Amino acid sequence: MVHHTRRKFIKSSTAAAAVSAAAGPLIWVKDANAQWNNQVEKGAKLRVLRWKRFVAGDETVYLENVKKFSEKYGVEVKVDSESWEDVRPKAAVAANVGSGPDIILSTNDDANLYPAKLLDVTDVADYLGKKYGGWYPVCEQYLKPDGKKWIGIPLGAAGNCIVYRESQVKAAGFATFPKTTDEFLKMMKALKEKGTPGGFALGHATGDQAWAFWLVWAFGGKMVDNNNKVVINSPETVKALEYVKELYQTFVPGTLSWLDPNNNKAFLDGQCSVTANGISVYYAAKNATDPKIKELAADIQHANFPIGPAGVPTEFNLFFNQMVFKYTKYPKAAKEFLRFMMEEEQYGPWMQASIGYTCQPLRAYEKNPIWTVDPKHTPYRNAMNVMRPTGYSGKMGSGSAATMADFVMLDMVAEAASGQKTPAEAAARAAQRATRNYKA
Amino acid sequence: MHAAVKEPAVPRGSGLGALGRLSNNVTFLGLLFMLPAAALLLVFLTYPLGLGMWLGLTDTKIGRSGEFIGLENYQALWDDDVFWLSVRTTILYTSVASFFKFVLGLWLALLLNQNIAFKSFMRAILLLPWIVPTTLSAIAFWWIYDSQFSIISWALTKMGLIHGYIDFLGDGWNARWSVIAANVWRGIPFVAISLLAGLQTISPSLYEAATIDGASPWQNFRFITYPLLTPIIAIVMTFSVLFTFTDFQLIYVITRGGPVNYTHLMATLSFQRAIPGGNLAEGAAIAMAMVPFLIGAILISFFGLQRRAWQQGSKD
Repeated sequence: MVHHTRRKFIKSSTAAAAVSAAAGPLIWVKDANAQWNNQVEKGAKLRVLRWKRFVAGDETVYLENVKKFSEKYGVEVKVDSESWEDVRPKAAVAANVGSGPDIILSTNDDANLYPAKLLDVTDVADYLGKKYGGWYPVCEQYLKPDGKKWIGIPLGAAGNCIVYRESQVKAAGFATFPKTTDEFLKMMKALKEKGTPGGFALGHATGDQAWAFWLVWAFGGKMVDNNNKVVINSPETVKALEYVKELYQTFVPGTLSWLDPNNNKAFLDGQCSVTANGISVYYAAKNATDPKIKELAADIQHANFPIGPAGVPTEFNLFFNQMVFKYTKYPKAAKEFLRFMMEEEQYGPWMQASIGYTCQPLRAYEKNPIWTVDPKHTPYRNAMNVMRPTGYSGKMGSGSAATMADFVMLDMVAEAASGQKTPAEAAARAAQRATRNYKA
Repeated sequence: MHAAVKEPAVPRGSGLGALGRLSNNVTFLGLLFMLPAAALLLVFLTYPLGLGMWLGLTDTKIGRSGEFIGLENYQALWDDDVFWLSVRTTILYTSVASFFKFVLGLWLALLLNQNIAFKSFMRAILLLPWIVPTTLSAIAFWWIYDSQFSIISWALTKMGLIHGYIDFLGDGWNARWSVIAANVWRGIPFVAISLLAGLQTISPSLYEAATIDGASPWQNFRFITYPLLTPIIAIVMTFSVLFTFTDFQLIYVITRGGPVNYTHLMATLSFQRAIPGGNLAEGAAIAMAMVPFLIGAILISFFGLQRRAWQQGSKD
């Protein structure tokens, strides 16, 4: 039955996609000064490795687009997919040994680990940027590390928003979701008093640790400065940790053990009123067969993260890149593939089929109807506009990758939240750990 | 060529041709027949181990081949308290889990060695935890220990014994005991079945003779079962310790090393640093740091347990 409803949804969304595709490119301005000349190599074949879909529609439409590409250019394309956390090691091996898939769709700062092994795709990026209203700044921070050369094409980001129960937040005395961290803390306290607490993952949750980055950044703390010097042990960080210590008191029990799926489960079971997640919780509720959970969908609302003393949005989302490896025999075909997949005719329907799970990297795609077809989708539209890269505000590379993989930020927040260490001790320890990672 | 083709016809020891002499040379033949095994060991064991050792002495990162930096990785690890935490956790995990696996496994083996109803059925059932893929049983334990949906917490709450759900995996020590319990559950069948096989090699006539002499069941165990089983125990426990020490899947599925690194084993930390973290060299160094412990475990069991057992055997 789940399948039935999901399939129905996909059908309707792909139908909508077909309509928009039939109507032709709506966003593309004909006289944009975007030029593209490329001749695909004869007999080219491509192998693509991508992360496994989070939502079914994504894969269906992606493969349809791939088929369209193959038919148009006569290039055979083989697509493999792996769980997103497994793509990183595979991509790393490919980079190390110099053979493997021609194109890899990976996450976060992967491309910054081996920039020298990646094909320069500046022409594709410039062309797309000009044609579709420009890339969001975070795209350049990740994939144009030297400010001149693009080492990959951004694919988008899996947006992370606050997911909350509207009725419970209202019952706690808040007509709208708080916009500042102060108000947010007040709301979390009120929710706890009402017996409907919220919660955020404090275990080693690879994806859901994002909120820890938001929190520290919201107070002006950061792991490293612009020159990759570790500056996490700062008064700003300590403020953030003092805040989280108070915030943690309002949490559902057990958040220290939460991995990626825990908050979804607790939320859908009605045990958690506020958490941070992708749009998947909402869809799980909307497509549920259990009428109780289905009812929940009507009560689910989304909001962007509150803004802290830093005064600007400080969100962190899972970034998706597309890398072409230099060892590819068909660089032109690979570039053509990336361009083709990012064009509105392909990207638009794909975005729609991804039901808001993937936020666009190009500004023009903000107009995609997926963001307005259901007002609950809208907050996810901003994901790439308001996000910062993992190694903010330094340069991405082995230091940022190692620090994130080692959960340095999250462990610091968890230590301070649970009271295992004082905020000052936790910050000092994080600085020590990060320094090791950034030293080499 | 000609000589070689004709060779089989030539009587043994007639000393015709170099190849003929070689084919009668025991040393040469010995080496020749060992070659496939040696090649396998070399390719699949020595080479990776050597590569790991070498990587640990370099600063290799993902996407960048490294240079030799001597013991710098080990020096860095020496000052890294997450590493030491993982060492302590690994030792605790291995010793406590191995102890319980041994005691419970031996107990089960002794029970199953009795004449009980449905003996073979029971033995088959016993193997289940061992047969189920580790990842699956790990996921089951992950649910059992869940902070919101734990069956244990649920049952205890329904019985009115506790009022809040137990924070199995959110508290450092709780999390450690929880993963140890999961490991014990998974490891018992291996110990029990191996020891059961050992028990069945002990001749019943020994027990008969002892019983006629008036030995108590405890004396039977202490002076017959235990000494004769010791060589098997040594082997089984060596394997068990090695498996436990290098455990990865349980931790990776249930806690990922959390909360705040409390359940990181050396193997999981090595992976985390090497693959998601991109620091291949440091990951290799952590893996290499496991080797002395493993060799130690092997030496203890072989020289300690086995020799005494054989000495006892030879005294008789």
